[in-house]
Amino acid sequence: MLGDFFSRALVAGVGLAAVTGPLGCFVVWRRMAYFGDTMAHSALLGVAISILLSINMTLGVFAVAALVAGALLLLQRQNTLSTDALLGILSHSSLAVGLVLVGFLTQVRIDLMGFLFGDILAVSMEDIFIIYGGGVAILVILALNWRPLLAATVSPELAEAEGLKPEVSRILLMLLMASVIAIAMKLVGVLLITSLLIIPAATARRLSATPEIMALVAAILGAVSVIGGLYGSLTWDTASGPSIVVAALLIFLVSLTVPTARLFGRRESHGA
Amino acid sequence: MDMRMKGETLITLTNASVKSGGRVLVEGVDLSIARGEIVTLIGPNGSGKSTTAKMATGVLKPSTGTVSRKPGLKIGYVPQKLSIDWTLPLTVERLMTLTGHFSRPEIENALAAVGAGRLLHAAVQELSGGEFQRVLFARAMIRKPDLLVLDEPVQGVDFSGEVALYELVRQIRDTTQAGILMISHDLHVVMAETDTVICLNGHVCCRGTPAAVKRSPEYLALFGTRAAETLAIYEHHHDHEHHEDGCVVGKGGTHEHHHDHAGHSHG
Repeated sequence: MLGDFFSRALVAGVGLAAVTGPLGCFVVWRRMAYFGDTMAHSALLGVAISILLSINMTLGVFAVAALVAGALLLLQRQNTLSTDALLGILSHSSLAVGLVLVGFLTQVRIDLMGFLFGDILAVSMEDIFIIYGGGVAILVILALNWRPLLAATVSPELAEAEGLKPEVSRILLMLLMASVIAIAMKLVGVLLITSLLIIPAATARRLSATPEIMALVAAILGAVSVIGGLYGSLTWDTASGPSIVVAALLIFLVSLTVPTARLFGRRESHGA
Repeated sequence: MDMRMKGETLITLTNASVKSGGRVLVEGVDLSIARGEIVTLIGPNGSGKSTTAKMATGVLKPSTGTVSRKPGLKIGYVPQKLSIDWTLPLTVERLMTLTGHFSRPEIENALAAVGAGRLLHAAVQELSGGEFQRVLFARAMIRKPDLLVLDEPVQGVDFSGEVALYELVRQIRDTTQAGILMISHDLHVVMAETDTVICLNGHVCCRGTPAAVKRSPEYLALFGTRAAETLAIYEHHHDHEHHEDGCVVGKGGTHEHHHDHAGHSHG
């Protein structure tokens, strides 16, 4: 009854959600949503450059996303424009440059919609190997560095004073995000990648008492969104990538109705 | 000058300065902290107290001058501000293992030591200012640090909480023999157990025992005689006396022999 392509899509999507859940928690905790968007938008530029230089597309997208992150770090040190404005410049200009470059690539036919919104139903076995290979590597790196990453998120100053390296943690997180964007682009597209990072993590917050539980819950909710979205797209014949995001959104909205007595922590913070 | 047995030197800043964007934040700081020693930094806002503490912890590198630490120096840090975003679910228990792994009994003991034992499962966002400060103390102490750095430890804590926290600092020093670097939130309040007060104003303007600093011309010039009159030196209640009106008298004052200070201006 299910086409083989559908099983592949399910397997690929669930594998991706297992990675975007925990990593997305850091994006939410560190307020890097716009930053993630900027890196994702640069992915299209990565696609164009990969084709121009005929290098592996996953590698090309990773390299360009990492470079954009590095450019942001350098620009931030100038202390002139706000991070917000810098992100706006990098985000939209990398997307625009990518689109323009793609226009010049007349020798190759590019499925622009596929890159922008993803084409999870077209994943090959090779894509699945990349997702699971890359995904396991990202999760292992995340797990091995969990304590310093979390400490650097809570307070870089405190982490540094107590012998950790928060700047290394920051760079590591950027590289991990660039990796996720590189492997996720084919599935959900550059415009929707950050939603898989942010929405499951934001939903998980209300259901979790510790960072570790939140990471786990986000991974599970992401997987449920993928499964729900794909079945929804099959049932109503809707676009698969956006359907996954809509499923994640619906779960988020449902989580808002969880009685407040079940919530952990109040919405206030310490310090002046 | 000090009768207390001093341990090994933990950290030494020599002629250390920090410049940022062409601006000198602090310059020419000489400072050393030994095991069991309490050093308190005071000074107006922007005088370089935090910058100096950050050089000590290694968060900032000096632009000129040197900072040398005992090899393997373990630092416990109580930050001035720590705002934990609501999006990050964090219980007190989990906060205790932020920078290192500790067993449940170790965590319970550390929290009990600061009187925060019952907060083990509380979400950090639910704690009051005083509770949060105690938990941060416990978190820094569980590491059994050689050097404890306290950045305005009693900020936002009410008076009785303030007394209790100072008492805690004294206990920590006595029981663990950790060196303690403290930034005072208030120009006018210094713990009596402080061995050295360093008064900063972009540079070290004076230093010495609390009582000596209180009388030094540099301190008076910087903060005025009124400040000197109100400089409260927090005493532990066993080894000194209080005035009847409740204000506290420093042990380096006229009540004790102190050969290098005349003590005439004692308030």
